[in-house]
Amino acid sequence: MGAQLRVYKRRIRSVTATKKITKAMEMIAASRIVKAQRQVAASTPYATELTRAVTAVATGSTTKHPLTTEAEAPARAAILLITSDRGLAGGYSSNAIKAAEKLTERLRGEGKEVVTYVIGRKGVAYYGFRERKLADSWTGFTDSPTYADAKRAAAPLIEAVTQETAEGGVDELHIVFTEFVSMMTQNPVDDRMLPLSLDATKDEDGKGEILPLFDFEPSAEDVLDALLPRYVESRIYNALLQAAASEHAARRRAMKSATDNAGELIKTLSRLANAARQAEITQEISEIVGGASALADATAGSDK
Amino acid sequence: MAAELHVELVAADRSVWSGEATLVVARTTSGDIGVMPGHQPLLGVLESGPVTIRTSDGATVVAAVHGGFISFADDKLSLLAEIAELADEIDVQRAERALERAKSDTDAASERRADVRLRAVAVR
Repeated sequence: MGAQLRVYKRRIRSVTATKKITKAMEMIAASRIVKAQRQVAASTPYATELTRAVTAVATGSTTKHPLTTEAEAPARAAILLITSDRGLAGGYSSNAIKAAEKLTERLRGEGKEVVTYVIGRKGVAYYGFRERKLADSWTGFTDSPTYADAKRAAAPLIEAVTQETAEGGVDELHIVFTEFVSMMTQNPVDDRMLPLSLDATKDEDGKGEILPLFDFEPSAEDVLDALLPRYVESRIYNALLQAAASEHAARRRAMKSATDNAGELIKTLSRLANAARQAEITQEISEIVGGASALADATAGSDK
Repeated sequence: MAAELHVELVAADRSVWSGEATLVVARTTSGDIGVMPGHQPLLGVLESGPVTIRTSDGATVVAAVHGGFISFADDKLSLLAEIAELADEIDVQRAERALERAKSDTDAASERRADVRLRAVAVR
């Protein structure tokens, strides 16, 4: 076998192996999207009921709670960014990071100091490489987040919000994650969790229904105190689940195009290998013919 | 037909039970509360403990609820809990083991969880 042909054969083999891997990853991601979507659906009743309850307390009572009223001069804002633990998901993590950067810019422009919290190894690596400070980070669960993970991530955020701004607390709480719209579309979005904007909660309700006057047990303040941490946790949990579904969808798409590209590459390489083999054969034939005629010429010469 | 109320018992990651009921008894931070159809709109904080639901066909559903909220309006009652289990789903032996383990580890949180599970089973 000629050197050229051998190189082509080797490259075809290696691309075929890569294609097998990307195809497997595509199929795994596809099966996980369904599971992640089901989890999002399962967590929805809790989230909607909780949002309803929070809206009810916030609108139905005249209570002033630090978590529902906007600070007069917000000085510090926290951002929770959700990225993935693993790569090979196309622009999934970088798009989320870009959205977070944009939000950071905007908040800085409004004169607020920004504290960043990150979930996912990719985001941690991004900030670590640029030697930028993270308030806290969590890794290892972005594939299939549980409620306990959301609780773990929410705890320091809730603590920071309840603290006085002068003592290192924050006035606002934003979350950046990738919203799962459909199999083909996932958008990085930023959302303000706290202080509650009541218009936003009404929009989520869809209709802005008129809520009845509730009797609070034990009191509106206590209910709100207990509700808001749960609200933050459930929002983070929902964001984590959506981000997980988006991650799998992004990975499936990235791996699908990788598989397609590998197939294309194999086709091109086989064409080149065929041409090389043909060239080799042609060359061999012409060598044989040339050699034979040279021999014939030599014999004819000696006969003379 | 007796008046009924629609009950949704949801945990953070799933919907545990839903159906029609005539009476729901739950424990809030300020004491036990019974909700029947036509009750005043109510929003309360739940203690960890068993919740009893008397369904409209006379059966009784008991669930262990670990913290959460009760909200009632327009004959619709929702019980929200981070963790909620029906008494039928609880493995008594496992809960007992968990209780013992929690006691020896002096892990107050999981001891309380196991205790609530066992109490829910006892009510059943």
